[in-house]
Amino acid sequence: MRQVMDYIEMKIPAKPDYVGVIRLTLSGIASRMGYTYEEIEDMKIAVSEATTNAVQHAYSTEEGGEVTLGFGIYEDKLEIMVADSGVSFNFVQTRNELRPYTESSTVEQLSEGGLGLYLIETLMDEVRVLNHSGVTVFMAKYLSGERENNGTTATTHEAN
Amino acid sequence: MNLSIDVKEGNEKISVMLAGEIDAFTAPSLREELLPLAEGYNKTMVVNLKDVSYLDSTGLGVFVGLFKKLKEDGGELRLIELSDRLKRLFEITGLGNLMNIGN
Repeated sequence: MRQVMDYIEMKIPAKPDYVGVIRLTLSGIASRMGYTYEEIEDMKIAVSEATTNAVQHAYSTEEGGEVTLGFGIYEDKLEIMVADSGVSFNFVQTRNELRPYTESSTVEQLSEGGLGLYLIETLMDEVRVLNHSGVTVFMAKYLSGERENNGTTATTHEAN
Repeated sequence: MNLSIDVKEGNEKISVMLAGEIDAFTAPSLREELLPLAEGYNKTMVVNLKDVSYLDSTGLGVFVGLFKKLKEDGGELRLIELSDRLKRLFEITGLGNLMNIGN
């Protein structure tokens, strides 16, 4: 497995008001990495769905508090974790604890936001759900072969 | 990151023009605005989505609610001018087959 190159973590209050802020952040990270417009739009929906679920879930608990998002930036993919516990997580440890998503693990969410989870699964390359003290949704999208040239263009001048 | 909702009530139809993003934040206001209009309405509600730049399952949920309400009271919901992105969303969720998605 390739190493995480960079990791970005954000916390938002568990309110729908900030789901749009998450989309903007994701959009910035993904376009920096070279994803296409279509891929970025797909990821925006998937991440919004997960964040909306987390906001609703966190909001219904006594804590009421925060939703934590982690963006793991790799050379060839972007991993996103959305946790409703509001507790900072150890990215690598949490990632290794994740198991494949099964029908039974998300029945509760399917009844309320089934379409949302369906969209996450359809739009992302990998989706897993970890259910312990809270719910953590993990998703990943691989960079396609065709990268958009988004970085600086290096021009080489040969000195005579 | 807001949603503007412009409603014009004519004799034969209700025309709704939406602009902006429909997500968990804006969907409740959309539902509050449109669902009462659909109540007992037996004509056509036309919703123009040309300027909707973002839509997810919360927005789809509002349209499903409107669709059901209008249908049960003898009315009809028509969604028009969807971008390719939005069309795709209706297609992959299967809603495109159930609902009237026009150009």
